[in-house]
Amino acid sequence: MALVEIRNVHKRFGHQEVLKGVSLNVDAGEVVCLLGASGSGKTTLLRCINHLESVDEGEIKVAGELVGYARGADGKLKEEPDRITSAKRARIGMVFQRFNLFAHLTVLENVAEAPVQVLRVAPAEAEKRALALLASVGLKDKAGHYPHQLSGGQQQRVAIARASAMEPRLMLFDEPTSALDPELVGEVLETMRRLTADGMTMVLVTHELAFAREVADRVIMMADGQVVEEAPPGEFFTAPRHPRSKAFLARIMKPQ
Amino acid sequence: MAFDGKAFFDTLFSTQFFLPALTTLGITLAAMLIAILLGFGGALAALSRSKALRGLVQIYLGFFRGVPVLVQIVFWYNAVPVLTNNAINLPALIAGTLALGLNEGAYMTEIIRSGLISVDPGQREAARALGMTKAKAMRRIVMPQALRVIIPPTGNQFIAMLKTTSLLFAIAVPEIFATGTGIYGRNFKYFEVLSVVSIWYLVLTGLLTLIQKVIERRFHIKERQPAKVVLALEHN
Repeated sequence: MALVEIRNVHKRFGHQEVLKGVSLNVDAGEVVCLLGASGSGKTTLLRCINHLESVDEGEIKVAGELVGYARGADGKLKEEPDRITSAKRARIGMVFQRFNLFAHLTVLENVAEAPVQVLRVAPAEAEKRALALLASVGLKDKAGHYPHQLSGGQQQRVAIARASAMEPRLMLFDEPTSALDPELVGEVLETMRRLTADGMTMVLVTHELAFAREVADRVIMMADGQVVEEAPPGEFFTAPRHPRSKAFLARIMKPQ
Repeated sequence: MAFDGKAFFDTLFSTQFFLPALTTLGITLAAMLIAILLGFGGALAALSRSKALRGLVQIYLGFFRGVPVLVQIVFWYNAVPVLTNNAINLPALIAGTLALGLNEGAYMTEIIRSGLISVDPGQREAARALGMTKAKAMRRIVMPQALRVIIPPTGNQFIAMLKTTSLLFAIAVPEIFATGTGIYGRNFKYFEVLSVVSIWYLVLTGLLTLIQKVIERRFHIKERQPAKVVLALEHN
């Protein structure tokens, strides 16, 4: 059974339909990269997986469970209580384009906050684990700093440690390097590379094609709210089949 | 015009303002407590998804900000008993404090609402993505950051409230100003008595200002602004 099962998902913002029937499976341990031009719906799809966005039609299951919905006696999906969705979200890590570290907490507190508040880990234990995670992303010496004292790359590495602290079975990355200066991209990719080596299941929206090619097991090309091509990276980057994939790669690969 | 130094100093150093000063302070604290509680409720309602709740807040704001507070004070003291056939007939102190609190709640709603919307939505989203419930994300992540924006103007409102309590002289609450009017009504030393009244208000507002400074220091309001997260992003 796939870890993430996306079935015929539709999503509308007002009159605009941004997802038009997307279906996709992600197996445990798999790294899947979502590619596509801006507006293709890839970020929206990612945000639907942990129910940061609601789904208008279709369904998404993570580890066999619907997230954000429960099936009623009539077979229709209904929004489930916040408490239950929150518990499911706790097992799905997310890393944002703009890091979103908690501005009023230190780096250490950022990483330890959710394990204590959500998983009820003892504070001393959570801090110990947070320090170990910070060490693994090379930022143990920044534990007492506040987010604004860190570079963007360091903030994003803390954000990855924060998500890892919840021991998620799945991690979602929403353009994690897009807000970074070019010289800071490498350190974040290196941190992510290490997660893939640990066997973490990852769904990744990115514009770092070289990285996608290196770490992805599968590349999903999206255009106009639909999946237009699904292929192993070796195949996708050397011989894209769909015209939209070809146009996308041609545009991005073209030297500036 | 001659300044009557003896009348001034006698009034200044007399004990007759002690109880009124405490009354003024007590009304200020109680009214602000009501206002802050109403403000939190109002702000959360104003930002809720429910149209009905948002509409209710708009009516509350429109009414309580639109009618002069003196009118509201007299309304609660004199009109409500008539309206309810004396079923509700509040003592002046209670009616006055309630009127001030309800009125101030409208302003606190706006202050707290602006504090909440000043926090980057990404903060709440990150908290939710980590599995916090709406309530926990609000309490642990959004509210502590919103407080930095809420506290300075709230200090302002405290000081404004302390002075506004003087309006309660209209319904004969024995606060500082009413006590002053009683004294100059007997001795006609308007200037001397009003000087003493002013000094009492200055001492109390000074005290509140001091408390505000201590609280702001505790919340590091000058040191760390949420906006710096964005600044760091742009500067690195």
